[in-house]
This record gives sequence, C-alpha cells and structure tokens, in this order.
Amino acid sequence: MTTIDRATDQEVAATPRAKAHRRGRKQRKSVVLTIVMVIFTIYSAVPLVWLIINATKDQANLFSSFGLWFGNGFDLFGNITRTFTYDNGIFLHWFANTLLYVVVGGGGATLLATLGGYGLAKYRFPGRRAVFAVVLGAVAIPGTALAVPTFLLFSQIGLTNTPWAVILPSLISPFGLYLVWTFATDAVPTELLEAARLDGAGEFRTFFTIALPLLAPGIVTVLLFAIVATWNNYFLPLIMLSDPTWYPLTVGLSQWSAQASGVGAQPIFNLVITGSLLTIVPIVIAFLFLQRYWQSGLAAGSVKQ
Amino acid sequence: MTTTSLSRTARTATRRRRDWRGWAFVAPFMLVFVAMIIAPVAYALYLSFFREQLIGGNMFAGFSNYVDVFQDAKFWESFGRVALFLVVQVPIMLTLSLIAALALDSARLHGARFFRIAIFLPYAVPGVVAALIWGFIYGDQFGLTASINNLLGAHILKPFSASWVLPSIGNIVTWEFMGYNMLIFYAALKVVPSELYEAAEIDGAGQLRTVSSIKIPALRGAIVIATVFSIIGSVQLFNEPNLLKTLAPNVISSYFTPNMYAYNLSFAGQQFNYAATVAIVMGVITAVIAYIVQARGSRQEDF
Repeated sequence: MTTIDRATDQEVAATPRAKAHRRGRKQRKSVVLTIVMVIFTIYSAVPLVWLIINATKDQANLFSSFGLWFGNGFDLFGNITRTFTYDNGIFLHWFANTLLYVVVGGGGATLLATLGGYGLAKYRFPGRRAVFAVVLGAVAIPGTALAVPTFLLFSQIGLTNTPWAVILPSLISPFGLYLVWTFATDAVPTELLEAARLDGAGEFRTFFTIALPLLAPGIVTVLLFAIVATWNNYFLPLIMLSDPTWYPLTVGLSQWSAQASGVGAQPIFNLVITGSLLTIVPIVIAFLFLQRYWQSGLAAGSVKQ
Repeated sequence: MTTTSLSRTARTATRRRRDWRGWAFVAPFMLVFVAMIIAPVAYALYLSFFREQLIGGNMFAGFSNYVDVFQDAKFWESFGRVALFLVVQVPIMLTLSLIAALALDSARLHGARFFRIAIFLPYAVPGVVAALIWGFIYGDQFGLTASINNLLGAHILKPFSASWVLPSIGNIVTWEFMGYNMLIFYAALKVVPSELYEAAEIDGAGQLRTVSSIKIPALRGAIVIATVFSIIGSVQLFNEPNLLKTLAPNVISSYFTPNMYAYNLSFAGQQFNYAATVAIVMGVITAVIAYIVQARGSRQEDF
C-alpha cells in the first residue's frame, strides 16, 4: 500500500477517536488542549471575520464603527454592486482573467505533470535519471529569481503584456510532476499495462483507458495545488502586465489598495475589502469541498521524500 | 514491495532494447520546462556577466557584478533582514504548527475536525489578500489597532513603526502558513504504525513520553521538509512587504528584502544586469541553506 493511499484511507475510515479505540486506549477529552485549539482557531478566524463584517459597511462606516462589529446599515449588496461596476466593471474583467489563467495555466500544468509523471513512473527510457535530477533541482530555484530574466526574455519576443506571459510560466509544476510520479508508481500496476499492450492497445490508448482512471485521485490533488497557485499568483503578473485589462484579481486589488491610500487617495476602501472577500470565496469553497485531496497531497509531500 | 521487484524486471527488459516510448509522455513537460526554467536561468547567468555602459553599450564584465553585490550595503541590509526574519519567524510558526498537529493527533479534542479545517483555511487566502486584510487591521484610521488604541486611550500598538514592522509581517506569514504546516505534520503523524503506540503502552509510557519518544522522532522528516520550504519562502519574501509599503512608505524601503531590491533595480532602475546578479546570488544562498538544513536533518535521522 502506498503512503498516499494509507493517509486517505485512515482519513476516511478512522477519526482520531476510532483510532484510539483500535489501540485500546480510552481517552478522556482534554479541556486544556481544546482551549489551546480554540485560541489557534480564533487567531485564524479573526481576520476573515473582520473581512466579512467590514464588507457590509460603506466607506463612512468603515471609519466610524468598531472593526469587529457591524456599522449602521447593511451595505454588503451595495458594495458588491459597486465593486462589479466601478471603473466600467474592471473587476469583472479581472475575475474573467483570473479564471482564464487558472483554467489554461493550472489545467495545462496538471496535464503536463500527469503525462510526465506517468512517463517517469512507468517507462525506463534513456535520459530518465537526468530528467529526474534536473526537475528536482529546479524545485530549489526561487521562483522570483526566474521572474526578472523571464520578463526580459518575454519582452524580447513581444510576449509581455499578453495573457501568455502569465500562462506559459505557470504551466510548469515540478511538485505536481513529483506527486503524479510517486502516485503512479504504486497506483498503476504494470501488469495491467502489459495486459492492455498484449491486447494490442497503443501506448496512449493504454494510458487513457487503463492508467488515467487509476490516477484520478492524484490528478485531482495536483489540479487543486495548481489552481491555488495560479489563483494566488501575484509576482509574475505584476511584472509581466502593464495593461490593467489583463490583470488578475490579485494585481487588480493591490492596485485599488494603492489608489485608496497615499496621495490623492480615492475613497474606495470598501471596494478593496469587498473585492478581497469576493476573491477568496471561490477558493475557500473549493477547499472545503475537496479537503480529502488536500490531505492526501500533503501526506505525499511530507512523508515520501 | 511488489513494485520494486516489478520495476527491476522492467529495467532488465528495457536493457535489451532501448525504449524511447516514455519520452512521448515526458517530452511536453520537458519542452516547456526548458523554455520556462532552464532558458531564464541561463539568460540570468549571461546577464550577470555583462554590463550596460553609456559608452560601448553592452560589455563583458567578468565577475565585477558579483563583486559589486558582495560590497553592496543595501543588499546585505536586505539579506540581514530576511535572515533575522527566518531565524525568528520560522521556529515560532513551526512550533505553533507542531503543537496544533499533536493536539489534533492526541484524540483528546472536542471537535477535532472543525479545528483542522478552521486553522488550515487561511492557507486558501491569496498572499495579496492576506496582506491587504492585515494591513487594514494594522491601520491607524480604522481597523482593530485603532480600536484597541482608542480603548486603551493611548497610542500603544504601532504595527507600522520601524521596530514593529518586521514582526507585523511575520505575523501575516505565520497566519498564512501555520495551518498548512500543521496539516503536513498531522499527515506524517497519521502514518505512524499503531504497533509503536501499543508497544509504548505496554512499556507504560504516558502521553508526554509517547510524544517525545515516538511522535517527535516520527515527525523528523516532515519537520525538515517544512523547515526547508519555510526558509525558501522567507528568503523570497516579497508580497507582504511590497503591499504594506503603500501603508508604511517611510518604514519599508525599496530594498527591504532582497527580492524587493531585485524587483526595484530592474523595474524602477532599469539595472537588469545587476538585478539578475542579485537574483542569482540569492538563489545560490537559498539553495545552500536549504541543502545544509536537509543534510543536517537527515543525518540526525541516523541516530
């Protein structure tokens, strides 16, 4: 059984309580530990609660009311409308751009990592070790160290200030490749592949009909990591794009924030706050619904080194 | 276990004829990899050995850019800042994550599932949004800091003062990644064989003894990995200070972190060659630190 399987299985089958039972220990619930975790939870939740509460206030109320309680009037829907309509609906543009970068960039990264990871796991080809060493070495390269030279390269071939400047670099996920590789090694039995080949199926047909369904849980994990990475991407689009109509949400929000403070500030703090809330809602929902895959991905990352 | 023997037979089978089929799957990844990772690294190396001059244009400069970086007070100031940051912030964050993970694994919690999700949730928040939210909370105009100061009737909390701005940033980073590291540790604890606990119980080990002699040693690998990733993250610090800069322009300089320095050198100063050199030096330093931590961590594992 693989590490990934084991982690997910236990995740599903055994809550901590059940595990303790299996060990034959009777655990009393600890008040002290629960209090410690309550403190951690409050720390984690307060900024998000603050965000939700303050998204219901207009600009005047932001300044006049206590931060962790509602102001006069409930203006959430007004704020949402204003966020979407401000500056000819630029926020909606940013939302669409982010989706484009997530779908093409994150989806493409998942596709490349899946094919590559499977190839590394199930074939012994010349140069395999070299591929492996180079890709693993690349994990240590700071992403931002690449950003400046990538920008210069792109500007020479006229790619800056286009969506490609954001999409192309996000197509590479060494961690995703590694994850599929470890996953495919154990989850796809080589005998099955051999049987399909004996039946006369080609390599790609074998991959799509036999391997792909078996790889599905691993692929979803990689996809989730890729979605979050592209959804949260800030540094790369910041340097690549100068035209606000191509901004993703992160860069757009930081620009609004700069507009709201400093010299000649515009009163749009309420838009920054509501925009922030709208930015995190989709990703938080994705998290909550697909928790199981996060767990297994993290387990693979932490245990299999 | 079966996989190793299988792969061995696969390997002997392929030794007979060279099998290139795997490349059909790996080639797309490698093509993009070469274009997006190898090419920029090579280009940065090339840039770092040249220098743009008013007379003569682009000139070969040998190691002079590197010599300049090593004598650059701004670079070392920014490097010192992230070094201080990682020495303080990383241990605090990982300790908190460890405590939370051990509590989750103890089976002595009410509502463990809820805690696990709630504490992990900040990881889903984009770094930009996290910095914006905390920037508001730290703010003097509205936000919690102002409220608390009003309550106390004095200007006591100053998150944006020169001495507090680094801890303020550290708090944001801790908030973002504490839950993530907690889950890494928790996932590693889950795969500890339960026979180990049974043995400990037979030996009469108490809760704390189990933690110190079974759980912590079992976590060593996960701790090393989390440390390495946290170090890489700290050295690359950019988003949080760059966003807080609009709120505290006098405290956060354009060379607050090495990354901000490289960014401002290239996009405000057009000094691309020098920026590339700074990026390479930081990349090498990061790789060396990460390697040392990993080597030390795995060596201890042998004891």
